[in-house]
Amino acid sequence: MITVALDGKVGGAFAVKAAFEVPSSGVTALLGASGSGKTSILRALAGLERIAGTISVDGVVWQDRRIFLPPEQRRIGYVFQGAGLLPHLSVAANLDYAERRALAGPFVRAEIIARAGIAALLDRRPAALSGGEAQRASIARALLGQPRLLLMDEPFSALDTDAREEMLDWLKEVFGEIAIPVFYVTHDHQEAARLAARTIRIRDGMVEA
Amino acid sequence: MGLVLATTAELALVTTILLLLLATPLAWWLARSRHWWKEIIGALTALPLVLPPTVIGFYVLIALGPASPLMAMLEPFGIRTLAFTFTGLVIGSLFYSLPFAVQPLRTAFEAIGDRPLEIAATMGATPFDRFFTVALPLARRGFLSAAILVFAHTVGEFGVVLMIGGNIPGKTEVLSTRIYQLVESLQFGEAHRIAAILVAFSFTALLGLLLVERRIGTPRP
Repeated sequence: MITVALDGKVGGAFAVKAAFEVPSSGVTALLGASGSGKTSILRALAGLERIAGTISVDGVVWQDRRIFLPPEQRRIGYVFQGAGLLPHLSVAANLDYAERRALAGPFVRAEIIARAGIAALLDRRPAALSGGEAQRASIARALLGQPRLLLMDEPFSALDTDAREEMLDWLKEVFGEIAIPVFYVTHDHQEAARLAARTIRIRDGMVEA
Repeated sequence: MGLVLATTAELALVTTILLLLLATPLAWWLARSRHWWKEIIGALTALPLVLPPTVIGFYVLIALGPASPLMAMLEPFGIRTLAFTFTGLVIGSLFYSLPFAVQPLRTAFEAIGDRPLEIAATMGATPFDRFFTVALPLARRGFLSAAILVFAHTVGEFGVVLMIGGNIPGKTEVLSTRIYQLVESLQFGEAHRIAAILVAFSFTALLGLLLVERRIGTPRP
């Protein structure tokens, strides 16, 4: 189980009060309008944002009143909204970066590269990739970190409609093949319905009933 | 002439190396800290930009003189004063050129932004790891700028050297003070030669700096 109970402020201003519990498998969508606080909750799950409250994953406490594990100790994969690769490294070196710091896990480099369709892009720098290519490489990078939890923040929001459709079909297949739990942030309820088994609606920093 | 040139180059080189090492953690902290009072430290490190070099030289001279508490602490090691020594000159130069190292490094570190460091953190990189594998390579042009500026600025140092150096040939006499001596004794021919060397050197350094900075922000393909 992934248990989250957040009650605090982001950067001393925006209040987040959100509690939910989901099983440790399948895709959970965090759905909400822009400014609703869904990204803040995702960043809190990653340890990138420090919001008071508790988070535990499969019985391991990631944060509570005394403990706060930094992102590097949480074994997560994080796909950012745009620009999710280290800009000074090639695609291959980005994958290396994740692999070298990962513990053992189920994801195999050659398979991930083939699945993401990035074999021809390995020598390229992030700046020379299209939006869709960069996001596929980002997802490959996130998986090669052998995460226990995959966090995605509107990964395809910058793509045009056709490219986005194609990527969503692809991602749906990928989700069917991986066993780890995923949190997927989106503002599009159709996207949420298409990809996720569960949807948590966020509004004004709170979970909507 | 060869001796003065060697002393000048050695002073500038030692200052550049030491200052890059000292200014890097300081600039990193100034770039990343969210405390408002960090700007007090920022202003202190920028002071040498506006202070007359004679003021810096004066304080350093007093701090390195035999009457200072600092030197009293070094007394057990057989050091009574560092005034009029090469080491003293290096210490003075570190203060004099500090802002020229801190500013470009801070700007370069700030330009990186949070994102690349966050990407690295989510891949399991510790803060130390992130600094060396992400921040340093992304700020490399800032380091080149800082190195050029500090080296050139130290070569052009005059007031501080005059105050704490004592112009001892082979030890603390540098090009800028040699020119002063030559003009004082009306040896304009030699003064012309050194002045021309410094103009050519300074121009080359600034040209190099502009070429380095022009490429900042343009991603390599």
